[in-house]
Amino acid sequence: MNNSIIEIKSLSKTFKSKNTEVHALNDINLSIEQGDIFGIIGMSGAGKSTLVRCINMLEKPTAGTVLFDGKDLSALSDRELREARHSMGMIFQQFNLLMQRTAEGNICFPLEIIGADKAAAKKRAKELLELVGLSDRAKSYPSQLSGGQKQRVAIARALATNPKVLLCDEATSALDPTTTTSILALLKDINQRLGITIVIITHQMSVIEEICNRVAIISESKIAETGAVKDIFSKPQTAAAQKLVYPEGKRTEKFISKRCMRIVFDGNSSFEPVIANMVLECKAPVNIMYADTKNIDGKAFGQMVVQLPEDEALAQKMFTYVRARGLSAEEVSGYVG
Amino acid sequence: MWDEAMLSMLAQGIGETLYMVLFSTFFAYVIGLPLGILLVTSAKGGIRPCQWLFKTLDVIVNITRSIPFLILLIAVIPFTRFVVRTTIGPTATIVPLTLSAAPFIARLVESSIKEIDVGVIEAAQSMGASFMQIICKVMLPEAKPSLIVGSAIATTTILGYSAMAGVVGGGGLGTIAINYGLYRFENDVMFVTVVLIVVVVQVLQSIGMKAAGLSDKRK
Repeated sequence: MNNSIIEIKSLSKTFKSKNTEVHALNDINLSIEQGDIFGIIGMSGAGKSTLVRCINMLEKPTAGTVLFDGKDLSALSDRELREARHSMGMIFQQFNLLMQRTAEGNICFPLEIIGADKAAAKKRAKELLELVGLSDRAKSYPSQLSGGQKQRVAIARALATNPKVLLCDEATSALDPTTTTSILALLKDINQRLGITIVIITHQMSVIEEICNRVAIISESKIAETGAVKDIFSKPQTAAAQKLVYPEGKRTEKFISKRCMRIVFDGNSSFEPVIANMVLECKAPVNIMYADTKNIDGKAFGQMVVQLPEDEALAQKMFTYVRARGLSAEEVSGYVG
Repeated sequence: MWDEAMLSMLAQGIGETLYMVLFSTFFAYVIGLPLGILLVTSAKGGIRPCQWLFKTLDVIVNITRSIPFLILLIAVIPFTRFVVRTTIGPTATIVPLTLSAAPFIARLVESSIKEIDVGVIEAAQSMGASFMQIICKVMLPEAKPSLIVGSAIATTTILGYSAMAGVVGGGGLGTIAINYGLYRFENDVMFVTVVLIVVVVQVLQSIGMKAAGLSDKRK
């Protein structure tokens, strides 16, 4: 059974100006499943914002189709498209709230658009303010709210019409790290409680790590790689993905002068202290030369390089130990930094 | 000379001036507001871009704005007679005042609406708002403070023009200033009328600014 809520097929977008053509998107194919928190990541200028705007047709694709809930959006009439958009909420980097309306008024706005009853709209706004934790700010104007609070109002507004999908266009890029974490936690909570599919456009790898289950890496107007977040983190296949996963580059080699072991963590439990146990087991110290590991959902991803003892038997024992724990380990001796 | 007759004439002058200004402003907005909105929506990057409509409106507005008011005033006399059946007095002046102020107001409205962040309009589109909903629920309410400032500018500009209509017997304070000051060299009467016009402008302008400040929720 096909559970895709959004299916993008060979989508292209070209911007034409007087004497130049810019290919913002080139033959994009993506399928986003119901209930996903789907991340789309890329450097600035990669075309990711254009892509999310094509999903709700704020930007009309030059070629290709976007299927939303089985409907081909580019084939819809204006009225049908507006109706389809009632099932897609969107939040923005700059929040885009109505400045002359209160928080409550902003949340009622999409309900007014669909012609909802005024009293019902107010009641719904109250529920949503509670959901985003701003019950006491109903009568505040956006200018009286902080960035994080504005984004919460924007999220509440986007959810007002019970959409199936929430599109987030760099929703946390204008926020500080702490506020970003709290907004991401809110999005995750919404995804779990209401079952809304969330599409997140970002240039921050940390956003993907924190809440996404699937990710597409977009680079130079094309999808470079797509898959489960843990796979992309442990084994980035393409250069674009590697650049995002290891922003500092894979320059571990230059630290290594003696016999070393590279250990790759790809989803093992992060609760097991592998290196410490290895040291206890073998009764010999190792020297950590390089370590870049991340904890995602209780699983460890990343790599580590340790300098091994000179004793050959001891070194072999360590390799065996690490491999027995299900980690991949390779020898990286011979490099002189 | 500052007898009762003179005072009542000045009072009537103020009354006529306000009558002309308020009615012309109203009618000029009836024409200028939709015109200004269409200039924004039909422009490139607007919510319903339409090159020929924008170009046509743009040219009409520019042409009508460049005709000096005094010339327009005389040129439209036949039209004025057709509409209000007279060519002198305050009611007759309302016609050319309206015609000359409408394109000016269209520009004021256009620039007020253009101040709105495009992101807000995009957000409304992403929610499935229709053309009319975007105009009525986003553009006009969001631009309200700026539109009110614009209306104060429009009213005071129209008041200045209404005084010019005194040359052709347009009525109001302008006619008094010209009849007494220019033709009969009674400078004190002219001075008083000019002061009155300044006071009326001041009052209208400060009401407008105050109203704009009160309606602005951005600060």
